Amino acid sequence: MYTWLWRHLPGGVAIKSVECLILFLAVTAVLFFFIFPWIEPHLPFNQVTMN
Amino acid sequence: MPASDDDDQIESEVGPTADSATDDAAESIEDGSDYDVVDSALQSDTLDDDERSAALAGRRPPAAANPQNDTGRMIIRGIGQTLLTLGVVVLLFIVYEAWFTNFTTGQKQNALNSQLHKEWKDAPAVGEPSKQPTNITDIPIGDAFAILRIPAFGADYAKVIVQGTTDAALEKGPGHYTDTVGPGEVGNFSVAGHRVGKGSPFLNLDKLTPGAAIVFETQSSWYVYRVIGKAGSDDFVDPAYPVSGQSIVKPEDIAVIAPVPTQPGKTPTQKLLTLTTCNPKFSASQRLIVHAFLDGAPLPKAQYPNPSDVPALKGS
Repeated sequence: MYTWLWRHLPGGVAIKSVECLILFLAVTAVLFFFIFPWIEPHLPFNQVTMN
Repeated sequence: MPASDDDDQIESEVGPTADSATDDAAESIEDGSDYDVVDSALQSDTLDDDERSAALAGRRPPAAANPQNDTGRMIIRGIGQTLLTLGVVVLLFIVYEAWFTNFTTGQKQNALNSQLHKEWKDAPAVGEPSKQPTNITDIPIGDAFAILRIPAFGADYAKVIVQGTTDAALEKGPGHYTDTVGPGEVGNFSVAGHRVGKGSPFLNLDKLTPGAAIVFETQSSWYVYRVIGKAGSDDFVDPAYPVSGQSIVKPEDIAVIAPVPTQPGKTPTQKLLTLTTCNPKFSASQRLIVHAFLDGAPLPKAQYPNPSDVPALKGS
């Protein structure tokens, strides 16, 4: 998967590294703003109320 | 060491790296005047290729040589990469929970704080009907209605309290259990708050000692509650109250927020406060409960306009 990604990114090693970093940050943003807020209530880490 | 069929195959497999190596060899052949030198160069080159192909095997197995083996490697590599990725996602989730949510909740708290103060400032003079519902049950879920200050947590500790204990409400700040009374009323005013993340309002709830002040500011008054127990000691038990100042209970022990804590169905006579959060930190297996009693009459804001005017908040 990552090998495929690395081979298909354009540019040299330096540019590819920057592209990878941007992709990583984009994925992190999607996780932080959409995936984690959605999944959080279903996980047993932060339930503070009596039920 | 002449290049065998096997080597040829690997060279064709490994592509650019092997090509450049062959280029190097060709260069050294052109440059080299002595055959011995060329020979050794070729030899070392062949060795290099062997090493390279061995190193590359992990990443790029020879597909044509053994298709079955290749599929197996691809699957194993896929599993490995998936596990690594999941590990990173879990780490990111911890960062999100313990750190990132503080920013989003902090923004919401700031917005609620200014909104609440504006509502209070714009409130009509005494005698006219107030814009903010006077009955606590009339406040819509998620709306701010009070500010909590705990001097033991620092002079700058001030959290906007919202109505309701839904996930969305608790993301804004500590939330009031809708089926419990409001601040200063006879019964059990109960508030839930997050322990870690979301501004961590109740992170150090376990550090509150008997007699510690918990102050609520509403539109009209200050309500000073004090943790049940013998002030100045570690003894949370006070026979005057039905519960001790601090306890750790199971999540389903809903009786702690009953009008008379732990004695559901009984008619309350005292003005109590209950704070609930999760325990231990990062876990939902238990609940940390702090019970407090109303200390004296509410202080009217007409007489005590600023936090620094309230005796319990002085010197903090």
